[in-house]
Amino acid sequence: MLNCDRATFLISQAQDQPLSRAERYRLALHLSICKACRGFQTQMPFLRRAARAFAKADVDPQAPDSGESK
Amino acid sequence: MSADVVLSPAAKIDDSVFLEEVRRQMLQFAVQQLGDSSLAEDVVQDALVGALRNQKSFKGRAALRSWMFAILKNKIVDSIRRKSRISAHEEQIMRDEIDRAGPFDNRGHWRPDSQPQHWAQPDETLMGADFWRVFAICLDHLPPRQSRVFMMREVLELETDEICLALEVTAANLHVLLHRARLELRACLQKCWFAEGAR
Repeated sequence: MLNCDRATFLISQAQDQPLSRAERYRLALHLSICKACRGFQTQMPFLRRAARAFAKADVDPQAPDSGESK
Repeated sequence: MSADVVLSPAAKIDDSVFLEEVRRQMLQFAVQQLGDSSLAEDVVQDALVGALRNQKSFKGRAALRSWMFAILKNKIVDSIRRKSRISAHEEQIMRDEIDRAGPFDNRGHWRPDSQPQHWAQPDETLMGADFWRVFAICLDHLPPRQSRVFMMREVLELETDEICLALEVTAANLHVLLHRARLELRACLQKCWFAEGAR
């Protein structure tokens, strides 16, 4: 059985290259019983979208606060 | 150096406020990526000059911005190829970073306070200036090599084999670094942005 370290490694690796059939099977088995790793999995596409948008973000991240945040 | 250097009277992109803002964004990006501010200045200046010289080939500011970042990306990759080969010593530091205690206990299970929580509405509508500030801070807190590979993969959108080639690391090492970077960045965003009371 995969532990969470190994499961999140596979989830991360799947962002970069396809997993083998055996890896997919073991990961699916782990995810079926692990809510935290399911959470990690759903957050990976967001991380990617955010990183890509970051380069083109229409803001200066170091600008001083113009007011309190929402 | 200021944007005035590259602003010829004939330039159509003649809004110096806009140019200065793009320049600042590019510079920050380049410094994060290269870890060398004078090299970053040079690279950004080259990219700006290149963009202004070729400004007839794009329309509008959004296009100009992506165009400049595309040039910048190529220049950064060139610089990394030329100057940033990872030495045996750095490789060792990298391994030490990897071995640091992460969000898992010694059996490889999430520590209770490290578990991913539900993120409310994690979409682009959240991504205002405040979000980008937090995102930049979290990227900045990654160990340098993790930050570099994450930026190359997710911001510059390079393929993993290109990154392995540029940094002379093995694919296995790259996957480990990306895994650690994603874990740390995720944890930082959860703590500093998504957690209740973080904003």
